[in-house]
Amino acid sequence: MSKFRKFAAPALAAALLASPALAEKLGLGRAALPEEVAAWDHDVRPDGLGLPEGSGDALTGEELFSENCAVCHGEFGEGVGRWPVLAGGFNTLNRADPVKTVGSYWPYASTVWDYVHRSMPFGNAQTLSNDEVYAIVAYILYSNDLIEDDFVLSKDTLAEVQMTNADGFIEDDRDTLELPAFIREPCMENCKESVEITAHATVLDVTPEDSGDPATEVAQAEPEAAPAEAPVAEAPAAEAAEPETAAADPAMLEAGAKVFKKCAACHKVGDGAKNATGPMLNGIVGRAAGSVEGFKYSNPMTGAADAGLIWTPETMAEFLANPKGYMKGTKMSFAGLKKQEEIDAVIAYLGTFGG
Amino acid sequence: MSETEEKTTSRRAFLGAGLAAGGAVATAGLARAQGAPDPLITEVQPWARELGAGVDATPYGLPIRFEADVVRRNVSWLTADPISSINFTPIHALDGTITPQGCAFERHHSGAIEVSKDDYRLMINGLVDQPLIFTYADLERFPRVTRTYFLECAANTGMEWAGSQLNGSQFTHGMIHNMEYTGVPLRTLLEEAGVKPEGKWIYVEGADASSNGRSIPLEKAMDDCLVAFKANGEALRMEHGYPVRLVVPGWEGNMWVKWLRRVEIGDQPWESREETSKYTDTLEDGTSRKFTWVMDAKSVITAPSPQMPITHGTGPLVITGLAWSGRGPITRVDVTVDGGKTWREARLAAPGQDKALTRFYLDHVWDGSEMLLQSRAMDATGYVQPTKDELRAFRGVNSIYHNNCIQTWWVRTSGEAENVEVS
Repeated sequence: MSKFRKFAAPALAAALLASPALAEKLGLGRAALPEEVAAWDHDVRPDGLGLPEGSGDALTGEELFSENCAVCHGEFGEGVGRWPVLAGGFNTLNRADPVKTVGSYWPYASTVWDYVHRSMPFGNAQTLSNDEVYAIVAYILYSNDLIEDDFVLSKDTLAEVQMTNADGFIEDDRDTLELPAFIREPCMENCKESVEITAHATVLDVTPEDSGDPATEVAQAEPEAAPAEAPVAEAPAAEAAEPETAAADPAMLEAGAKVFKKCAACHKVGDGAKNATGPMLNGIVGRAAGSVEGFKYSNPMTGAADAGLIWTPETMAEFLANPKGYMKGTKMSFAGLKKQEEIDAVIAYLGTFGG
Repeated sequence: MSETEEKTTSRRAFLGAGLAAGGAVATAGLARAQGAPDPLITEVQPWARELGAGVDATPYGLPIRFEADVVRRNVSWLTADPISSINFTPIHALDGTITPQGCAFERHHSGAIEVSKDDYRLMINGLVDQPLIFTYADLERFPRVTRTYFLECAANTGMEWAGSQLNGSQFTHGMIHNMEYTGVPLRTLLEEAGVKPEGKWIYVEGADASSNGRSIPLEKAMDDCLVAFKANGEALRMEHGYPVRLVVPGWEGNMWVKWLRRVEIGDQPWESREETSKYTDTLEDGTSRKFTWVMDAKSVITAPSPQMPITHGTGPLVITGLAWSGRGPITRVDVTVDGGKTWREARLAAPGQDKALTRFYLDHVWDGSEMLLQSRAMDATGYVQPTKDELRAFRGVNSIYHNNCIQTWWVRTSGEAENVEVS
């Protein structure tokens, strides 16, 4: 393969580096047990190798998708915010800003199965059963008009699905196409007659505000800006808040922080926390439900807020144990926390973030 | 927060002040030098009278507070969420070639995870004579090597395809770092398991929830890939895959799987999500290149640049930057101050190393006039970094990945710089 071309210079450099020369195996490690290989080797190939038993169709998948996926990807795979769009976008690949979806872009259905199975839902991966994965993938394919709603997806039928962009890929051809043009003698003088500026970044103005700003350096350059008696390091805000939380059991707070990882994909807390897929949760404990500014709540949540629901530790505990049971129609697609100690810990943890 | 931050005004406010602010700074420096004696010299300073911090004040040292702005930054509008996102190395403020781990960019697909050495397992399975499990302690007993390589995200400079977007080399070129890795050649581990003759590809995957997985030709795996556990002499940082990551020299960063947990040998590629729906380069006609692994030769001037304006006025000016190529060592870097009419060969800080960053310098005397600064890298294959228009002619503007075009900074008479494109 031309990609592995050896050139004189790297070859010489490599010769100067001593690499270990191994004559035989070292006998390190141990044999992998079949159960261990089965537990980790989940990958699936386009020819279907690796697909497990099980099946599902789009009708079954629709409800599962709504519960597990729609919060980010939208009820119809249209995408929420900047989360990936899964459906549509056909015939856009040769236009400005192509819409790359499973339907318009992905070349293999096996990849969808593999990815959903191993990595989704975001923040709660590897919790779906094989049947559920088949059903959700069937729904995604159905949303792209790739299969009918009664098509039963299984390891025997998945490879039959014809993907729209299956022939849309070529292997890297830079070596034959671009290298002949770019391997050349560079021009050093009189390379062009005139130079005009044709585009400015400031027109778009999308650079983040804090960009290591020259003004910072200017401030430091002035002696008054950094009096020598200034404390060596001032406590960051999070630490300053500590006394308030010291009363809570540190082990419980630590446990709560761990539990919160299940929530962090959608909810932000702490300094500068903003609304994301879910509302930011600073000051949530003791606050009126549905009251975070700028967040678009579901109708049931707005209704509960109007009825005066307050998020006390008790109401939060009920909600977190079974969100959809507590509030039918909530946008929060989370199955709930099964253990009471997890619920208590995460509420204690959230209590450390003031409004 | 620190005083520095309190004093910080927005960049735009500074730029708004424009020439006036830049001029004031230059004048202040000048006045001290030529006028009254410098009180920093004539008056005994507190640090010359009082005692400093004792040893162990910080058992693991961090940069002094004056360097608080030399940090990774993200561009929040790029991604839906910071857990599946990327930030940028502050290359504008660094020099030399080694990237300190603490400011080396991060890219996670499901967040950075904590895996201890004790909990670490590496599986090798598939088309091998004996599927094997290694612990971290096992890896430490294999003969190991130490090598320096750059890691560049395929999407570095990806926001610049359709036009100049971001003001700062950190944002345009900061999805890169360069570290000295210590680890075991992947070849050694594969040979320990015994690759069957029909094995042609490997599949590598991480232990995190994204289970980022990539197919790599066996030839590359047996050539120079490393299973690394140290970087720049110390353990990998969590955000870079502690305790073990894969090193795939010269190839796109996504393949350098972090928290590496499994290597499978197979006879064909797996076509995973990250090698089909992502990390594929869509061309103008709508077809897409896949398996575009090698990072083409590329360079950027890190200073002066939008985050590093010239504040010292006319006279001696160090123009510096970085160059790299996935095809071998950098052999030469040229710099132009007039937008590409005439070029001068820059001085390399050290001879180019295979698939590692090279630092270059051009010692210039600035006459205070506007400059259109560009750098142009050349690697051992004779590949010369192309202009943006040359790349667009081959790829259009929808490729997202693998944008290795020549970057232009427009330095104005005030010393401030802007990301622009030129004819």
